[in-house]
Order: sequence, then C-alpha cells, then structure tokens
Amino acid sequence: MAVRRTTLAAREARLAYWMLAPTFVVILAIVLFPVLLNVWLSFKPVTLGDLRAPVPVANERVMQTPDTAGDELVLRLTMRNGSQRVTLFGVVWEKTLPPGLTLTTVDPRCTQEGAIVTCTFGDWEGGYRETLELAFRAGPEYFEEGAPDVRDAPTDMRARAENVLTNFVFTLENYARVLTGSDFWPTLRTTLMYTFFSSVGSILLGLFAAQLLNSSFVGQGVLRGLFLFPYVAPVIAVAFVWAFFLDPFSGTVNALGQRWELLDGPVNFLGQRSVDVSLFGLSFALPLALATVIAFSSWNYFPFAFLFILARLQAVPVDMYEAADVDGAGPFQKFWYITLPSLAGVLAVLFLLRFMFLINKFEDIFLLTGGAAGTKNLPVMIYDEAFGRADIGVGSAVAMILFLVLLLFLFIYYRFAPEAER
Amino acid sequence: MSVIASRARRGSRFSGAVIGAVVGALTVAMVVFMWSLAATIVGGMVTTLPLGQALVLGLALGAAVGIFFDGRDAPGTVAVGSGLVLGLVYLLFTGFRPLGLETVQPVWGVGFAFLTFALSGHLVRYGLRDIDVRVARRDVIERVIVRLLRGFGFSFFTLIILFPFWYMLSASLKSRAAMLRDPANLAIEFGLGFSTLIRGYVEVLFTFDFLRFIGNSGLVAFVTMVVTLVMAVLGAYAVTRLAFPGRTFLSRSILLIYMFPAIVLVIPLYAVFTQLGLRNTLPGLLIVYPATTIPVALYMLRSYFQTLPKDLEEAGLIDGCTRAQVIWRITLPLSMPAIASVGLYVFMIAWNEFLFAFMFLDNPAIFTLPRGMVMLNSQEVPRQYLMAGAMIITVPIMLLFFWFEKYLVGGLTAGGVKG
Repeated sequence: MAVRRTTLAAREARLAYWMLAPTFVVILAIVLFPVLLNVWLSFKPVTLGDLRAPVPVANERVMQTPDTAGDELVLRLTMRNGSQRVTLFGVVWEKTLPPGLTLTTVDPRCTQEGAIVTCTFGDWEGGYRETLELAFRAGPEYFEEGAPDVRDAPTDMRARAENVLTNFVFTLENYARVLTGSDFWPTLRTTLMYTFFSSVGSILLGLFAAQLLNSSFVGQGVLRGLFLFPYVAPVIAVAFVWAFFLDPFSGTVNALGQRWELLDGPVNFLGQRSVDVSLFGLSFALPLALATVIAFSSWNYFPFAFLFILARLQAVPVDMYEAADVDGAGPFQKFWYITLPSLAGVLAVLFLLRFMFLINKFEDIFLLTGGAAGTKNLPVMIYDEAFGRADIGVGSAVAMILFLVLLLFLFIYYRFAPEAER
Repeated sequence: MSVIASRARRGSRFSGAVIGAVVGALTVAMVVFMWSLAATIVGGMVTTLPLGQALVLGLALGAAVGIFFDGRDAPGTVAVGSGLVLGLVYLLFTGFRPLGLETVQPVWGVGFAFLTFALSGHLVRYGLRDIDVRVARRDVIERVIVRLLRGFGFSFFTLIILFPFWYMLSASLKSRAAMLRDPANLAIEFGLGFSTLIRGYVEVLFTFDFLRFIGNSGLVAFVTMVVTLVMAVLGAYAVTRLAFPGRTFLSRSILLIYMFPAIVLVIPLYAVFTQLGLRNTLPGLLIVYPATTIPVALYMLRSYFQTLPKDLEEAGLIDGCTRAQVIWRITLPLSMPAIASVGLYVFMIAWNEFLFAFMFLDNPAIFTLPRGMVMLNSQEVPRQYLMAGAMIITVPIMLLFFWFEKYLVGGLTAGGVKG
C-alpha cells in the first residue's frame, strides 16, 4: 500500500514537472540566463562591434603590371585584424591565381601549389597590421588569357577567433567608468526622483479617480472604461501625442496658454531643464522637463492604481460608514479614519509595485525627451552607453547597478507585503 | 422642532447666500473654462478665458440660488430663472458678445449666454441638494467641499483623458500648414473633403507600409498570446492542483521572475541573438515575448484556478478520466472568463511592446507597428502622418478593449502588478 502511494505521488510530481517544463526552459533561457550573462558582460571589455565575429581584412593593390611574358606582377597586400581587441588565430590568405603566374617572392609564410597561393600568418593580436608584397612571374599563358586583373581572382581569407562573449578577458574598468563618470550620480538622483514622484502621482490620481467612481450612477461603467484609456493605449502613441501638444511652437497647450494669458511666452515643457517658480512668495527652481515627464508617467499609470484602489474600496464594509454617520462624522473624518486606513495596505503595495516598475521604465523618458534636459534615468543611460556609445560592457555595468537597486526594493516588497497581495 | 426651525430660519438666508455664492463662483468658472476650451479645440473658435467675469457673475448667481435654498432644495424655477436673468443682464452689458468668445455672434451668443447661466444655476442647485446650507456647520461645509471636489474631479479626468485622444484624432486629419497656422484650433475641417482629410492615413498605410506592419503586429501578438496561454495554463494547473517537491518555492518565485526588468535583459539578449542570427527576425521576437508574459499569465491563472472547486476534477478522475481529459473537459471550460482576460492582456502587451521591437528589428519588411512608428518619427515626415500612425496603432487595441472590457478589467486587476 505504502509503495503504491509513493508511486502515485511520484507520477503526479513527474506529470507536474512535464507540465512546467516548457515554462521553465523559456524562463531559464530568456530571463535567468540573460541576467547571469549581464553580470558576465559587465566585467568584460565588449563593444557593439565586437558582437559580430572579428575577421581579418585584406586590401590588394597591383604595384607593377607585366608587359610581356617574363615580366613580374607585384601585388601588395595591406592586411589588418578587423577587430581592435580580439586576437585572430591561424590567419590564412589564399588566392586562386589566373593561369601563367608563378610566385617568385621567397617568403617562408607563402607557398604555391598549382594555381593556389597560400600564405599563413599565424596569430594576430587586436589591431595588428601587416603589409606584404608578392611578386609573380607572368608566363605566356597569362597573356593568352588576356592578362586578367589578379585582384578579381577568387580570394579566401580566414582565421579563427575566440568568441568575445565566452573568452576569459575581464576588466573592472566598466564599473570604474560608470562610478567615476560625471553622468552617473545625477542620473541616479533623477531616476529616484522620477520613480518616486511618478509612483506617488499615479497613486494620488488613482485614489482620486477611485473616490469619484466608488458610487453607482448612470454611466459609471462607461467612465470606468474611459479611465483605463491611458494605460491601454500604446505608450509610443501617447508619448508622441504629449510631445506634440506640449511643443513650444506648434503645440496646443502653449498656444492656448498664451491666448488665455496664462503663460507669458512659449514654454518648452520637455526641453527646458529648470524654471524659476515663485509660489506664495517662495521661489524655487522647478526641474521643468523632469516634472513634465513625471506628469506623463503619472497620467499613463494612474488607471492601474485606480483599478486596485476601486476594488479595495468596494470591499470596505458599508456598516462602518453607517456607524460613522450615526456618530456624526463628517466626510473628511470618514475618509481619514475609515477609508485611508482600509486602503493603507493596498496603497503601500501599490507604491512598491509602481516603484519597482517605474525604476526600470525606459520608453517614457526615451520617447519624450531622449534623456535630454535633465531627465536621463538609469534605463536611458543603459541604452545610451550600450547602443549610443556602442559600449556593451559599460551598459551592462549600469544595468547591473540598476538591478541591484531593484533587488533591494524586491527584498523590501517580499519582506513587508502581506501574503494575500503578492 | 419649533426651536430648530426658528433657528434655521434666522441663520438661513445669510449662510445660504454665502455658501451659494462660493459654490456659484467656482461652478461658473469651471463651466466657462470647459466651454472656452471646447469652443477652441472642438469648435475652432477664437476665445478668451474671462475667469474674473465668471467668478463675479457666479457669485451673484450662487447667492441667488443660496438665498432661496430651503432646507434640502431650492425651486428649480429659481435656479434656472436667475441664471436666465443674469444671462440677459450680461448680454445687454456686453453688446451681445458671449462669454469667452472674441467675436460678436448674436445667435450663438444669445443661446450660449443663456445656456451657460441656466446650466450653472442648475449645477449649483444640484451640487447643494440635500445639504442644509442654512447653517454653516462644519459637516455642511465639508459636504459642500466634497461636492465641489467631485465636480472638479469629473471635469479634470474627462479633460486629461479625452484631450490627448482628441488631439491624436484631430492632428491626424490636419495638414502641417493648418497646424502651424493655429495650433489651438483642433477642429476637424469637414469642409476639406474626405480624401483630403484622410491623406495621412493613406500615406502611412500604403507609402509607409503600415498595412504590412499591422499584419506583423497582429501575427506577433496573436502567436504570443497562444503560446503564452498554452504554457501558462499547463503551468498554473500544475502549480495549483499537483503536489510536487518545490511547488511552494516555484509558486512564490513566479512573480519575482516577472519583476526582472526588460531593460536589463535587452543587452545580453541583443548580444546572444546577434551571434545566433535571431536578432533581426520575427521568430526572435516570438521567443522573447512569451517569456516576458508567461510569468504574469501564470500568476493570474493560478489565482483563478485556486478559486475553482477541486471536487469536480476529483469526480472526473474517479470516473476514469485522465489528467489531460480533466483539464480539457472540466478545468478549461470553467476558466474561460479568466483565460479570455489573460489572453487579451497578453495580446495587449505584445501589441504595444516597444523596447525589444525597437532594439531587434532593422528590416522594414518585418517591422511591428511600434517599430514602424519610430521610423515615422523623423524631420521629413509630417506630424499628421505620425498621428495617423498613432491612431492606427491605438484604435484596434481600444476597440478590442471596449469589446471585451468586462473581462479585461478583471484581468488587469489580477495581473495588475505589471507596468
């Protein structure tokens, strides 16, 4: 009996593993492996150009053409290692000569066998250059063929190279460059400000919207659908819309603001780093472009907070409000003493979730400003380093730093979020 | 009873007038703002924003309604009547120039001035209903503030949601010259004729090949959806219904995996896919997309499967069904709503996805719509075309969304962890 139960359990477990296997393989290959590879890359000197396999390159130039049989044809080869960094092994240049040409240059590296000349160069370090002149004696057959251009004859140049991703060349320079660069600390600060204020902004908007729709009235369903629009619409579409209507010269907001005398002149919402604002006698410098990007992200993601908060609001027992009515509590007191405490859990979880997703947010800032005017965050910096400056290693190092910051917040989330909300 | 009544009568008129005046001023200001905005961006008229006038007129209107507020309501005739009277006075003083419009337009003007003030009177009355404004108690004031905030809130959200979409639609139908002439005028000029209006769409669809991109995007999103659903249903079933070592750990790490950011994955995937020759291909995208959506789909389906009763499946097993039959005949039909919502959610993510499409695709023949939009974003291409492209990428997903809204809302909440 006991044996039979074990086999049943074993069979069930085996079935479960089979059902999970595809998911497991995909996650391993596309999520976990890249994260590990990112760690690896961040310690390696790799540029975008290195990703293509490095090849030796040869330029051929005819220095001397033969006039009659017995003359010499001189071919100059200017060769180099196509990569600045990667060593090429066993570099070979091979050419099938037109008939009638015989190699006369004595060079231990080059031999002729039939029509084929083979030069073996051995190993070339990154950036290595080599020039070689080869002389050939032209026989009568060469002229019978009409003295063809030797450069058109089939050439084969080949070498083996270490894969830049799998070799064991490491460096700490990527991290050193990131941490000592003038860019990093301001970018980190921008990232944290953008993330924090966008999270708070989207949650406040969501809370407001949820309060509005937390009562049944005609058209509530339509409005709820409408409120989700910003989230459902593709970010690339709405980002362009925002960029256009905020344009200082051909944007609707500036045109209306000036016509209604709310703005003194055109305001470059997405291009101006900072603007002096005086409010109630206090004047301070508002980082304008960053504030605009934060407004966009708050707008883009508030529907989410809205749905969450609305679901939670509808679960708050009505009798609590009724009891408060009996006690003579006003609407503000009810909001402060009943609604907010009921929402505290969901608000905290929402904040952490928003924070974790916004800290990685690339599209919003990239599409609105491209990281200009003091809006560059870490994801945009990753893109700039890895693809703009073509330095994969430095980009990976920034990505690693971002990932560590994220892990910190993930830890907080798993430590403090209630089980039910995960 | 009589004491309360007499006190209320004593305090009533003044308190009612003050509260009414404040509410009236803010209401008329709001109505005038919305009117001016609508007149400009929808009607294409030249407007001012006479907030000062609006506040003063609103004070008078609100005070009138407040004075007549008797306990829980004011007579409708008073609210609308005082609005009409005020509208007439205003018109006579301004020589029939309606509030907010630059030009004198008798027909529009008369109609609108009366409408604004009558509507505002009605809104003041409606906003104060069931509030006893005769006494300025703290809870009365608070309730008035809440009403004002609600009014403001509905206007505010309607504005911030509809304005960008109105802009997208209008700009997609407007030539560069028209847009530069008056950027505030977002009216659709039907007089230009249908073929002129839709020029941007024709260009984008045919010259810029968006027709093909729609197909690519649809294909990618659909395949992603199917692959994700198959794998997530299997995985979620195993995690909720089958016992195996490591189950708790796996169940907990699903979401963790989902938190891994795409921007961290993109460099290594770019490197590997370049070397494998998968980078600039649709199969490459079709490997990445399901991997990024499976965790959340699995998480959502797991939550749903946990709510399904086990008894039915056990009955099926006892009757001699295999696991596969149980899943096919019992679990799947029961979870159709959840599967529909997860499927739509995944479709939406794949349709909207920008980062990987942008990084991986170079060949215009296999562009998805977001990648095609990037191509349009250049100095030479008019914004009209870009907005037409934005409409083309937005409208299908919106239609799909409205069609299945009931399901999707549930899905968004369950999977609501994703940004």
